[in-house]
Amino acid sequence: MASIEATIPDVQDDQIKSRAEEDAGDWTLLIEPRNSLFDLRLHEVWHYRDLLFLFVRRDFVAFYKQTILGPVWFFVQPILTTLMFILVFKNIAGLSTDGLPPILFYLCGVTFWNYFADCFNKTATVFTTNAQLFGKVYFPRVIAPLAIVMSNLVRFGVQFVLFMCFLAWFWARGEVQPNAAALLMPLLIAIMATFSLGLGMLFSALTTKYRDLVFLLSFGVQLLMYATPVIYPMSQMSPRIAQYLRWNPLAPLIETARYGFLGSGSFSWGWLAYSATIAVMAFLASTVVFNRVEKTFMDTV
Amino acid sequence: MTTAIQFDGISKQYRLGNVGTGTLSHDLERMWARLRGKPDPFAKVGQVNDRAAKSGDDGPDSKYVWALKDISFDVKEGEILGIIGRNGAGKSTLLKLLSRVTAPTTGAIRARGRIASLLEVGTGFHPELTGRENIYLNGAILGMRRREITRRLDEIIEFSGCAKYIDTPVKRYSSGMTVRLGFAVAAHLECEILVVDEVLAVGDAEFQKKCLGKLRSLSEERKRTAIFVSHNMAAVKHICTKGVVLGDGNITFVGDASDAIDHYQLTQSTNREIAIEDRIDRNGNGLVRINSIEITSNGCPTLYPDQPIAISVRYSKQSRELLSAPRLIVGIYDSFRNSLFRLDSALTDELPATLAPQGTIKCTVTPLHTTPGILFVNLAIFDNGQLADHVENAAAIEIEACYSNSGKLRLNRKDCLINLPHTWTYDD
Repeated sequence: MASIEATIPDVQDDQIKSRAEEDAGDWTLLIEPRNSLFDLRLHEVWHYRDLLFLFVRRDFVAFYKQTILGPVWFFVQPILTTLMFILVFKNIAGLSTDGLPPILFYLCGVTFWNYFADCFNKTATVFTTNAQLFGKVYFPRVIAPLAIVMSNLVRFGVQFVLFMCFLAWFWARGEVQPNAAALLMPLLIAIMATFSLGLGMLFSALTTKYRDLVFLLSFGVQLLMYATPVIYPMSQMSPRIAQYLRWNPLAPLIETARYGFLGSGSFSWGWLAYSATIAVMAFLASTVVFNRVEKTFMDTV
Repeated sequence: MTTAIQFDGISKQYRLGNVGTGTLSHDLERMWARLRGKPDPFAKVGQVNDRAAKSGDDGPDSKYVWALKDISFDVKEGEILGIIGRNGAGKSTLLKLLSRVTAPTTGAIRARGRIASLLEVGTGFHPELTGRENIYLNGAILGMRRREITRRLDEIIEFSGCAKYIDTPVKRYSSGMTVRLGFAVAAHLECEILVVDEVLAVGDAEFQKKCLGKLRSLSEERKRTAIFVSHNMAAVKHICTKGVVLGDGNITFVGDASDAIDHYQLTQSTNREIAIEDRIDRNGNGLVRINSIEITSNGCPTLYPDQPIAISVRYSKQSRELLSAPRLIVGIYDSFRNSLFRLDSALTDELPATLAPQGTIKCTVTPLHTTPGILFVNLAIFDNGQLADHVENAAAIEIEACYSNSGKLRLNRKDCLINLPHTWTYDD
């Protein structure tokens, strides 16, 4: 199918400036070919905060409309994934769970990993999935990826409650020993949200024009899971592989979570700071790219 | 009056064809040019946006097209501006730029006040959510705060006429109800500038009337500025105070709404008037064809409302036989396709019973007494009781302004269509 794509040439036009000066005025809105690179226009986002809330609510409500079990379906996915992991990786492949009850080990990894993967996958295609909406009305585009991160946070919250139930059971039986590092959970989630938002927005800017990346992406996220200690503990890796894998900014996050809640795994402030730095850098880079794309992506999507 | 919106040298360039390897190479060229501080290599190229003309694949020129080129005009506060033009003239592109769906290639738009744009009603409706939930969602998408929506919720529900269904998922609504609900939200937006696309084309007649009335009252009572794009000339004339005619990405006319409509209609028909003989959009059995039409007043083509008019129609019959029981109908219409006059030769029985296979039929009309503006002429010729040829908009004629005996300018189209000669007396 033929598509129409817009181009933004750099044209300096002095004429434009002169006319603006004639009617020098209190313009409240200026529509121009480009906006500045780092400006997220947060005051605008703030004005649309209700929209953010309503998007999150829509995603949540629409998910279980016309179902009988309702929000219970949020539990089904992590439980089934966990059971599958136990079967495949524990029983068939015989991977170690660091002496932890397998169900807790995998559930912890899956809950955190799903949050990252869902955010990333959905944010990366935010322009294509919302093209219908974006093509008809203006609102700060960044609301859409933010809403994805937030509504996944709700989902994560529900799944986290499930994890806590299992944790309480095993804790009561004395099989796991949570410690104070578990209190870092909000920080871990913040880093993960920033990282997935940054990475996702970076890709979203590219997928609008070159769809090839969409295919690459879903495959890439799957691979990334195996490069992250979700189904295996870092401690079981041979040092040769571990020295590469530890540079994966997601690894310290999952390891810290496991260390805090289950009492096994590794934890270091240094590596956590490393993850945070990478996340912030990805976010800044994505802001630049997203700002460049958001104005004209409609012509290329 | 202050300026509400200023369009300043707006242009929009589009690339034609598929996004493919060519796109990547052009992107890279563009990036390379930018790195060296050179201007965009493709900014200078591009053709006039004439969709009908098919371009070859030669050179970079054919790959780019200007959907809009150097558009500059101002909209004053409280004005309702109608934008008209053929399909592909750039109307929608202009609205897209104004609603910030996409950005201009060059130029800038400046505005005072909030812009609410309705390129579509019910944008973002989620089928699974109820009417009430969707009012909130849609309102928020259009930039309303939740508090604002709650305050006006009852008004919105009442305006939509969907009160009974408000807690039913929108997927159960009829399409008309969805549109009504969407428009109801939009109509209650608090904004200074309203941008409306042809959304009014949907919905039943009663609802359309309600919408047009709402638009009008918004501008009259609240002094809101509105921009309205439509093919519905009657609606434009009814609600707009000013008109802009776009053609192939350029402005061809700016001015009074009804003048803009006349200008548009005139250019539309002169495009097609080229020669009646060459036109193919005609009905009838084709045994007799209308070749040309000439409309004069006292032998010259300038027409005044108080002068008699002569209409001459040339016809020819292919078979070289005589026409039996010939009949010619001349219909005269205004810009909104209202039939004003019908001149039917069958009513007067003045034409002979047979006519030569080729000739000219002439009809003389008393002064039309119409107000100045454009009129359109339809022609139909009958042979042997059968429709032989029927040409719509065979001609567009312009009636000039005319002064009354007292030297005052007479009424114009905004007042009425017909300006009857009359006298006033005073009875004590």
